[in-house]
Amino acid sequence: MHMIELVQIEKHFSGQVVVHPLSLTIKEGEFLTLLGPSGCGKTTILRMIAGFEQPTDGDIFLDGQKVTNLSPNRRDLNLVFQHYALFPHMTVEENIAFGLKMKKTPPSQQKERVEEALKMTQLTQLTKRYPHELSGGQQQRVAIARAIANKPKVLLLDEPLGALDLQLRKSLQTELKQLQRSLGITFIYVTHDQEEAMMLSDRIVIMNNGQVEQIGTPREIYETPRTLFAATFIGENNIFSSDGRLFAVRPENIRVVREINKASRKGTVQDIVYLGNVHKLIVQLDDEPMNVTAALDFADDRTWQIGEKVGVSWNPLHEVMVGS
Amino acid sequence: MKKLRLIHLPVMIWLILFLIIPILIVIGISFLQRDELGNLVYSFSLESYATFFDPLYLGIYMDTIWLSVVTTIICLLLSYPLAYYIANASPKIQTWGIILVTVPFWINFLIRTYAWVLLLRTQGTVNNLLIALGWIHEPIQMLYTKGAVLLGMVYTFVPFMVLPIYVAIEQMDRRLLDAASDLGATKWRAFLHITLPQTKSGIMTGCVLVYVSTTGMFVVTDILGGAKSAMLSNIIQSQFLGSRNWPFGAALSIIFVVTSLVLIFLFNRAMQSRYLAAREGK
Repeated sequence: MHMIELVQIEKHFSGQVVVHPLSLTIKEGEFLTLLGPSGCGKTTILRMIAGFEQPTDGDIFLDGQKVTNLSPNRRDLNLVFQHYALFPHMTVEENIAFGLKMKKTPPSQQKERVEEALKMTQLTQLTKRYPHELSGGQQQRVAIARAIANKPKVLLLDEPLGALDLQLRKSLQTELKQLQRSLGITFIYVTHDQEEAMMLSDRIVIMNNGQVEQIGTPREIYETPRTLFAATFIGENNIFSSDGRLFAVRPENIRVVREINKASRKGTVQDIVYLGNVHKLIVQLDDEPMNVTAALDFADDRTWQIGEKVGVSWNPLHEVMVGS
Repeated sequence: MKKLRLIHLPVMIWLILFLIIPILIVIGISFLQRDELGNLVYSFSLESYATFFDPLYLGIYMDTIWLSVVTTIICLLLSYPLAYYIANASPKIQTWGIILVTVPFWINFLIRTYAWVLLLRTQGTVNNLLIALGWIHEPIQMLYTKGAVLLGMVYTFVPFMVLPIYVAIEQMDRRLLDAASDLGATKWRAFLHITLPQTKSGIMTGCVLVYVSTTGMFVVTDILGGAKSAMLSNIIQSQFLGSRNWPFGAALSIIFVVTSLVLIFLFNRAMQSRYLAAREGK
C-alpha cells in the first residue's frame, strides 16, 4: 500500500533547479529518511510534501489522493519543524490541542488525544508550562506531541534533533524509533547526519545537488554504494582507482600486515587513532598520493609505530564499484 | 550590579530632576490657594479639587476621556491593517511604506494642522469640491466641531499606532504561521490565534502612546475645535497661562495623570495574558 507517491516532482527557484525530477513511493508505516548535505534539496522535498512549496512540475499523492495543489491545512499530514515553531503564547497543553481545535474535534475527544500525546512523549508533568520555560529536549517533545495528536497519516520531520546536544540526540533517536513503531504511521525524516539516518530508517534516500544518488536500506547503502558520493558520504571509505575505474573498500575490510611482500600495496603508518572499539591506522601509500584508513578491531593486539613500513591488502570481494 | 547602577545613574538623575521633582511641585501647588492677582498663597486647601466637581469641568473631563478613547480605537482600526500590509510587503514597499508613514513628521505640526483648516472651513477645499460635484448645495459646518477635532487627532496620531504594530508584526516568527497552517488553520484562524496574540505588545504600546498623546494635546483642539470643544488640556493650559489659577490647573493635571494611569493599568490588565505575565515574572 503506497502512502506517499511522488511522480516526477521537480522544483526550480528563480530559474535554478533545486530538485531534479524525482519519483518515489513510500509505503504505509515506513520510516524513510532524506539524507544529504545542506542545500541538497531534501528540505525542499519535505516542504513540497507538506504543501509549503509548490512543485514546478510533477504530482504528489497522499494515500491515493492527489494533493499537489492543496494548501498545507488541507493535507492529512503534519510537520515537525526544524526549530519546533511552538506557539510562545500557548501552554504545552494548548500547543498540542491547537491542531485538534482547528479541526473542530469535540472537546472531550480533544482532551483524550492531548493526554495520549502527552503520555507518549512523557510530558504529563509539564502541561501548564510555556515553551520558554522548557529545555530544548522538552520543546522537541512538545513539537512531536503537537504533530501526533492529530493522528496524521504521515509525519514529516525536518532535522528535528539538529539543535540538540549529542547525548540528548542519541536518547531521542531511540525514543523516536519506538514512537514510530508504536504509532505505525509513515515517517519521512530529513537529516544531514548519516549515523542518525542509518539508525532510524527503513530506507534512506541519499541526495546531493538536488539529485538522488541512491535509494536503499541502510545495509544496501553501506555495503553497496552506487556512486562515489554515496560511498564517501555514508561512513568512511577508501577509494582506489585502477584501469580507469573507481572502487571503494571500507576501512574494516582493509588488512594491515608487517610482511610487506605479502601485501598488494605498501605504505608508511602516518597516524594511529584509538577509538576504544576500533583502532584506526592511517597509512600513506608509497606508490600513490593517497592515505588508506584501516580499522582494526579491538581484538587485534598488535602495536604500531608512526613511520613504520607496512603492507595493506583486501579481499577483492570487498571492492565496490562506484564509478569510472 | 554595581556597574549596572552606575550606568543607570544619568537616567535616574534626569528622571528625578525633570520628572519626579516637577510632579511633586505640581502636587504641592494643587493644594495651595491663590490671591486675586493670581499669586500663590501658601496655605493648605482642597478648594481646587472641589472646583473640579463643577458640572462644567466634569463634562469636559468626560468629553476628553471619550474623545481620547475614540481616537485610540479609530487609530487602531486604521493602523493595524496598514501595518500588517507594510510588514508583509516586499522589502522595497516596506521601506517606502515606513517613509510615507513618517513623512508628516518632516513638516511642522502647526502647519499641518492649519492645512486642515484650509480643507475643512466653510469656503474650504472639501466644501467647494462637494458643491462642485453637486452633492450638497450649502457648505457644511465642518471646522470647529468635535468631528474636526477627532479627525485632527486621528490624523496626528496614526503614525504612533502604525510604527509599534509594524515592528511587532515584522518581528514575529513567520514559521509560526507555517506551523498553524500545517496544523489545519485557515489563514484567518491563523491570524486570530497566532498573529493577533503575538502582536499584542505592539497594540498595547500603540494604544497607550495614542491615548496619552491625545489627552495631552491642546493645539489640535485650539485650531480645529474652536471655543466650544475645549478639552481638559485646554483648560489646564488656560488656568496656568490665562487665568493664573495655578492651584486649579495643578489639581486638574494631577486628576488627569491619575485617571490616565488608572485607565492604562486597567487596559494592561485586560490585555495581559497569562503568557505575558509568566514571561515577565521570569
